[in-house]
Amino acid sequence: MSGEIEISIKNLNLWFGNFQALKNINIDIPKNAVTALIGPSGCGKSTFIKTLDRMNDLVDNVKFTGEIIYKGRNILDSDTDVVELRKEIGMVFQKPNPFPKSIFDNVVYGPRVHGIRDKKTLHEIAERSLKGAAIWDEVKDRLGESALRLSGGQQQRLCIARLLAVEPDVLLMDEPASALDPIATSKIEDLLYELKKDYTIVIVTHNMQQAARVSSRTAFFWLGEMVEYAPTIDLFERPQNKRTEDYVTGKFG
Amino acid sequence: MAAKRRETAAIGLLWGAGIATLVILIVILAYILVNGLPLISWHFLTANPGVRGQTGTGIYSTIVATVAVTGVALLVAAPLSVGGAIYLNEYTKENLLRKVIRQAAEVLAGIPSIIIGLFGFLFFVIYLRPYTGGWSVLSGGLALAFMVLPISLRISEEALKAVPAELREGSLGLGATKWQSITTVVIPTALPGIITGLILGAGRAIGETAAILLTVGGALSVPHSLHDPACPMTLYIYNILTEYNDTRTAYGTAAVLIIVILAITFTTDYLMNRYTRKLKGL
Amino acid sequence: MRALRRSRTRDARERFIQLILLVCAISSIFAIFLIIVFVFSQGVPFLAEAGLPFLTGSVWLPADSFAAGTWGIFPIILGSLIVTLGAVAIGAPLGIACAVFLAEIAPPAIRRMLVPSVSALAGVPSVVYGFFALLVIVPWIRGEFGGFGTSVLACWIILSIMILPTIISISTDAMRAVPREYKEGSLAMGATRWQTIRSVLIPAASSGIITSVILGMGRAIGETMAVLLVAGNSVTIPGSIFAPVSTLTAQIALEMNYATGAHQQALFAMGVVLFVFIMILTGLANLASRRRVTF
Repeated sequence: MSGEIEISIKNLNLWFGNFQALKNINIDIPKNAVTALIGPSGCGKSTFIKTLDRMNDLVDNVKFTGEIIYKGRNILDSDTDVVELRKEIGMVFQKPNPFPKSIFDNVVYGPRVHGIRDKKTLHEIAERSLKGAAIWDEVKDRLGESALRLSGGQQQRLCIARLLAVEPDVLLMDEPASALDPIATSKIEDLLYELKKDYTIVIVTHNMQQAARVSSRTAFFWLGEMVEYAPTIDLFERPQNKRTEDYVTGKFG
Repeated sequence: MAAKRRETAAIGLLWGAGIATLVILIVILAYILVNGLPLISWHFLTANPGVRGQTGTGIYSTIVATVAVTGVALLVAAPLSVGGAIYLNEYTKENLLRKVIRQAAEVLAGIPSIIIGLFGFLFFVIYLRPYTGGWSVLSGGLALAFMVLPISLRISEEALKAVPAELREGSLGLGATKWQSITTVVIPTALPGIITGLILGAGRAIGETAAILLTVGGALSVPHSLHDPACPMTLYIYNILTEYNDTRTAYGTAAVLIIVILAITFTTDYLMNRYTRKLKGL
Repeated sequence: MRALRRSRTRDARERFIQLILLVCAISSIFAIFLIIVFVFSQGVPFLAEAGLPFLTGSVWLPADSFAAGTWGIFPIILGSLIVTLGAVAIGAPLGIACAVFLAEIAPPAIRRMLVPSVSALAGVPSVVYGFFALLVIVPWIRGEFGGFGTSVLACWIILSIMILPTIISISTDAMRAVPREYKEGSLAMGATRWQTIRSVLIPAASSGIITSVILGMGRAIGETMAVLLVAGNSVTIPGSIFAPVSTLTAQIALEMNYATGAHQQALFAMGVVLFVFIMILTGLANLASRRRVTF
C-alpha cells in the first residue's frame, strides 16, 4: 500500500428533500487498497458510495455540500463532467445487472460507447477484462451467449469485468456479494484481493467478517455519520467508539 | 343445496360466456374465409379491379393502396410515438406534463374515425391541397397517422417502462451519456414491445375505413405517387358491396384482410412472448 | 488521463435531442388541438345559426343553402343513443362474464386459445364486421321478423360483438389486478368460487369494469362502417327494433361525399355533437377509473 490518497472527502453533507442522509463526512480513501464501509441498514453507506460517482444525481431532490477531491478537482462542482467521471470511478451493484445482450457485448459495452470500434481491440479488451475478473476460463468459449444465462456469481464477475474494460481507477462496490451464495462470495473476495493491486476499491458490506477479510481500512457508519475510521484490525479489535464496539460485537445490527 | 345448484349454474354461465366469445370469432372468421379463400388466387392478387362493376377481376391496386396509406401512416406516426414515449419515460418524472400528454393520447384514441375523416378532409384534402394533392394516398395516410399514434405511443411507453431501472444505472455507471444509454441499452431491450405497438398500429390503419373514406379518393387505379388518389381494400369492400352488390369480390378481399389480421395477431403474440422471456433471460 | 471538465458540445447535443423528443411527445396534444380547431370551425358556426331546433327537430331535409333546408337531427341523435345503449346492454354482460371466465375460471389451455381470439376479434376491420352482418344477420332478421332486416336489432347484434374485445380486455386486467389476498380471504371463510367472484372480485374490480363499459360505449357510438351497412339509414325515429335507424356516424359518412355548402357544414355540426358525446364519455371513464372502491 502506497499510502497515497486517491479520494479525499471533506465535510460532505447530503439531503434527500428534508431528510439529511449524510452528516459531515470526512474521510480519505487510500489508493490501491480496499476500504470497507460497515454499519446497519439505512445509515448512509450506499448513499455515500453513490456520491463518489455522482450516481445520486439520478435521484430527485438531492442537495449536497462539501467537497470530494479527486485528481485535483472537486468532483461535486457543477462543472465536472459526470460522464467522464464515471469512466474513472465505476460501480458494481448489489444485484448483478448484466444487459440482456451477449457476454461479449456486455464486457465491451463501455469501450464501445466511448468510440472504440475496432474488433480486434475490442476482443483484446474483452479478454483482458474477463481475465481480470477471474471469469475468462468459464466463458471464453461462449462469449456469444446471453449474459443472463450465467449464474448469479458469474453475472457479478461479468459486471466487474465490464467495469474493468473501461479502465477506471476506482471501483465502488455496493454489497457486491450479498445476493450470492458462499462459494460465489469467496470467489469475489479472492478477486478483490487481486484487484486491489491495481485499483482503489471501496466496498460497502453488511458482512463484518467480509470486511475483516478483505479490507485494510474500515469506516463505521451510523445514522448518516461516519463514527469511526481506522485500519481494519484496529477497528475490529480495539474500537475507539462505544457505538462501534457495540456494532462489531453484535450488540445491534 | 340451492346454493350449490346456483354455484354450478353460475360457473356454467361463465363457461358459456367464454365459449360463446370463442364461437363468435370462429363463426365470423369461418364465414369469411370459407367463402373468400377459394377466390384468392395469384390472379386475384395481381390483377387490377375491373372498370365500374365488372366482377371477378383482381384487387391488386387496392392492395397497393392499403400498403401505401399504411406505410405513410407508420412513417409519420412511428417517430412521433416512439420519440414521444422515450421522452415521457426517460426524461420526465410523473409530473403534470406527462399526465396531460397521456390523457391527450387516450382522448385521441377515442375520437371516432369519421371525425378524423372530417378533419382529414378539411385539413389535408382542402387546406393542404397544394402539398398533398387533395384526395390522395398522402392525405389518407396522414389521417391514419392520427389513429396509429395513440396506440403506438401507449404500447411503446409500456415497453420502455418494463425495462428494469438497474440496466439504466448500469450503463450510466459505465460512462454512457443518457442518450447513449437509451439507444444502446433501453431501446434494444424494449424493442419487441415497441415493434408490437407499431404492428398493432399498422393493423388499425389497415382495417380502417371511415377515416380514409373522406380523404383518399377511391380511385381504382394503382397509385403511382403519394399525390394520387387510391382505394384501399377496406374502402373497396364498402364500395363494391353498396354500389354493385358484388359479394364475391367482397368475400375475397375480406378474406385477404382477415389473413393479414390473423398474421398480425400471431406475430404480436409471439413478439410479446419473446419480450417477457428476454427480460427473464431465457 | 481523462479531462474531467464538462463538455459543452456534448451537453448541447443531449439537450437538442431532448428537445426533439419533447416535440414528439406533445404531438398528441397538438393533434387534438388541430382536430378540434378544424372540425369546430366548420361545425360551430352552423350550430350557432341553426340553434336548438337543430338538436330537437325531427325533419332532416338538407340543401345547399341554409335557408333552403330543414335541419333537424333529433332522430339521428336518438339513433346513435339507441344503438349504443342496446349494444352495451348486450355486450357488457357477455363481455364481463367472459372476462371473469378468463381471469378466474378458464384452464390454461382454454385461456391460451381465448386471449389471442379476443385480440383477433379486436383486429377485424369494421367494414368486415358490417359485411358479415349484412350477409348473415340482416337476412336472418328479415326472414324471422320481416321488414328489410337493416334495423336497430342488426346494429345491436353486430355492435355488441364489436365492443366485446374492449370490455373483455380491460375488465380482465382489472380483475387480474385484484390482490390475491382478497379472494383467498373470502375462500378461506368458506365462500364458494361464485360467491367470491360476486361479492369480492367484481366489486373490487368495479372501477376497471365500469371504465371498460364506458370505453365500449365510446367505441359503439363512434362506429361508422358496420352501422352504415346494416342500420338502414333512415332519418326517422325507429318504431320498433326491426325498423331502420340512422346514427350520427353513418349519416355523416353517407352524405359527406356529395354534400356542399350548408349541407356540408351541417355534417360538421353533427361531428361536433358526436365529439361532445365522446368527450362526456371520456370524462366519465376517467372519473370511473379513478374511484377507489371500498366494500
